[in-house]
Amino acid sequence: MTTQSIAELSQQLANKEVSSVELTKDYLARIKQHDGALNSYITVTEEIALAQAEYADKLIQQGNTSPLTGIPVAHKDLFCTDGVLTTCASKMLHNFVPPYESTVTQRIKSAGAVMLGKTNMDEFAMGSSNENSHFGAVKNPWDLTKVPGGSSGGSAAAVAANLCVAATGTDTGGSIRQPASFCGITGLKPTYGRVSRFGMIAYASSLDQAGPMARSAQDCAYLLQAIAGFDHNDSTCSEVATEDYLAGLDQPLNGLRIGLPKEYFGEGLQEGVAVAIQNAVKEFEKLGATVVDISLPNLQLSIPSYYVIAPSEASSNLSRFDGVRYGYRCEDPKDLMDMYKRSRAEGFGKEVQKRIMVGTYALSEGYYDAYYLKAQRIRRLIKEDFVNALKQVDVIMGPVAPTTAFGLGAKTDDPVAMYLEDIYTLSVNLAGIPAMSIPVGFADNMPVGLQIMGNYFAEAKLLNVAHQYQLATDWHQQTPNLAEGA
Amino acid sequence: MNWEVVIGLEIHAQLSTKSKLFSGAATSFGAEPNTNTTLVDLGMPGALPVFNKEALRMAVMFGHAVNAEIGMKSVFARKNYFYPDLPKGYQTSQMDDPIVGKGYLDIPMEDGSVKRVGITRAHLEEDAGKSLHEDFHGMTGIDLNRSSTPLLEIVSEPDIRSAKEAVAYVKMIHSIVTYLGICDGNMAEGSMRCDVNLSLRPKGQQEFGTRTEIKNVNSFRFIEKAILCEIERQADILEDGGKIVQETRLYDPDKDETRSMRTKEDANDYRYFPCPDLLPVVIDQEYVDAIKASLPELPSQKAARFQEAYQLSEYDAGVLSASRAMADYFETVAATCNNAKVSANWVMGELSKLLNQSNLDITDSPVSATALGELLVRIEDNTINGKTAKSVLQAMWDGEGSADEIISAKGLKQVTDTGAIETMIQGIIDANAAQVEQYRAADEDKRKKMIGFFMGQVMKASQGKANPGVVTPILTKLLNG
Repeated sequence: MTTQSIAELSQQLANKEVSSVELTKDYLARIKQHDGALNSYITVTEEIALAQAEYADKLIQQGNTSPLTGIPVAHKDLFCTDGVLTTCASKMLHNFVPPYESTVTQRIKSAGAVMLGKTNMDEFAMGSSNENSHFGAVKNPWDLTKVPGGSSGGSAAAVAANLCVAATGTDTGGSIRQPASFCGITGLKPTYGRVSRFGMIAYASSLDQAGPMARSAQDCAYLLQAIAGFDHNDSTCSEVATEDYLAGLDQPLNGLRIGLPKEYFGEGLQEGVAVAIQNAVKEFEKLGATVVDISLPNLQLSIPSYYVIAPSEASSNLSRFDGVRYGYRCEDPKDLMDMYKRSRAEGFGKEVQKRIMVGTYALSEGYYDAYYLKAQRIRRLIKEDFVNALKQVDVIMGPVAPTTAFGLGAKTDDPVAMYLEDIYTLSVNLAGIPAMSIPVGFADNMPVGLQIMGNYFAEAKLLNVAHQYQLATDWHQQTPNLAEGA
Repeated sequence: MNWEVVIGLEIHAQLSTKSKLFSGAATSFGAEPNTNTTLVDLGMPGALPVFNKEALRMAVMFGHAVNAEIGMKSVFARKNYFYPDLPKGYQTSQMDDPIVGKGYLDIPMEDGSVKRVGITRAHLEEDAGKSLHEDFHGMTGIDLNRSSTPLLEIVSEPDIRSAKEAVAYVKMIHSIVTYLGICDGNMAEGSMRCDVNLSLRPKGQQEFGTRTEIKNVNSFRFIEKAILCEIERQADILEDGGKIVQETRLYDPDKDETRSMRTKEDANDYRYFPCPDLLPVVIDQEYVDAIKASLPELPSQKAARFQEAYQLSEYDAGVLSASRAMADYFETVAATCNNAKVSANWVMGELSKLLNQSNLDITDSPVSATALGELLVRIEDNTINGKTAKSVLQAMWDGEGSADEIISAKGLKQVTDTGAIETMIQGIIDANAAQVEQYRAADEDKRKKMIGFFMGQVMKASQGKANPGVVTPILTKLLNG
């Protein structure tokens, strides 16, 4: 089976060259064949998928379709799905079946798409390697000894390995872009507030944002069209009107001003990654863009700022997992305190516990001003950096991550090295602007992602820029060779 | 030692919104456990709060009523602590930027003085659920119906100096929130709860002593009693040279004592921070002004109007305006009988006596305001006298009919026919010749005293129905011969 775009598949479905049931069965078979080695899914919802595919075929018969009708997709396992296990890759929620549907998955469902299952991730979206999962690490389809990135590693690996056409992810500090980069796919983190967070299990509420992960910018545009827009269930969801994300894709890039921040090309950047990024920028120049050197002086401060704000919010967001109403509860609690302590100590993994403790400490009396408030002040500086830079240029480009995918276990004992993985992505979340990762080549046989950052609500512009590049190149069409049974 | 008591109060008033502060669930009292809940109130993963703007409107109304600054930008914050009936592990409240800022209340006291109590702030917050420890065989039941119910926490300055002032302040707040219609004021159901912060200091000392906080006192009477016994407890400790421990205490009305709940050492660090799921609440002057313009008449304004328009004393006006129901009742009576002073006397006197005896609120009075007004009309037009009216009211209370029906059925109409009265008086003069002689021999002062005897005879003969206004001139004329 060759990989095909949503546009192509949609056309084939409309022409009755293939039915959604046939397509869905193909994908379910591929998952059976390959996911034992990849571990990209936590739950495969075969029955639901086939039922939805049958329904989609009926809609297609009636001619009552959207571009996503009948297209098999997968959801990161932190979107609540009504009646379907939703674990956040945590023992804490190993048995949690939500009684409701998240806005993102509901909108994709309403567009007629087929849900193949729920993808693996770092527990509660905390991690950059997908090694922090109660259900085991996800492997990179390009090299099974390497990580797929995180936290949306399952979604990225599944798309890269063609175990779904497209997937949803979430991005709090790079969790869509970095795994997209590591797995050679296209991912978009929209502007904060562009997509509803309702039904998305929160990690850090002021940073979390859901977005599409797919093979191409065009496929991402189809998904974004379905999920973007106001939702009265999420007070932080924006009322700014959505755009037609597909209509703008064909705009030529003549006169596009690209900012290259010098801070993104400094120490620690793998040479092969730098070369791939430089080549991509040259390609954009060929397409009519001009390059401007810019500076985002507070980039270095994004790591300490993020690692105070995100854990602070997480420490509060994860308080509801107390063993009282749902999820994991320890055996034979002695009393209330024992129940709280053991349920949470046994239910949460190490990284989650670490971040809860860091956040609890940062918010404590006597430390709040020095940590939380200071981090918020830095956040404003970082935001101003972007606002100022985006007055001079239309988009900002740089690497997504300093390296290509690293080996499984290579950084698990070095948290600082792991946190540095996110140096180029965190600031985007702190500022709230949208950003993409698109594949632009390989370094040491592993994919390299280019990051494209834009102004608030400029998703259409980002998708346009990415699409024009993908029309001129074929990096996004490269697929890993999966061995039989791997 | 002569101690001065320093009291500050925190009052939680449950706002009468139809739905909860952050969800669309109903706020009605007494539903089956966990039925008035949505995903938000249950603290489901992924559920997000949506602010109920009706609560905002009510909070701004209150702010105006206590002469307070309105927070043009207020911010919800999370107060983090673990408790089984706190489903999210935090309470959404307001910390640094409350919706209502500094204000004050002027409270008329019984002795005619006016006590000013500062309002520090009032902020919106959500209530927790309830833990039920009985009926679960050693387990605890959790009812989340109350979870996310809107509360307005009203914090006073430590300006209160006695139990009496505290009760007067709470009554005033109660009266304001019920007047505004933003809280039903039902203390028994917990719609209004009070925390008392209390300390003592030697009279004349500036700095405050160590305070204790008495939690959740839920009636006017208990507030007074709790304060009195906490004053005594603290005074005893201080007199013995001891030190007050800063702690949270509970008042036990059965034993009439306060006891320790937790000390400062066990206190939580609530780790307040702005709630990232809710945007700051930003309002404009137009919104604030529109609410101000729509405010109903407040108790103090009503009392002033009663004094002015009805010529009532400050005290009467205060009593009659204390609750909206009482004020409305009074005004209906006055409008029906067209005599405010008589109406005030009857509402505060006979009617209140009957209500108190039956432990009824004025809203449950079996005699409607119009019915009472019609009775008073019959005094005004001399159909009956005041004394008879009391027995008619009792009969109305007992459901025997309207004033006119009872007067007619019992034949209570006063005799005003001058001819008949003259005949009756002549008969009495004839039958009491000796007393008439004495009267005629007496001087002016003595006569005034003696006329009471003849009046008594007339009333006795007429079975109380003779109209004293008609009797007096005839009696005087005939006695003077």
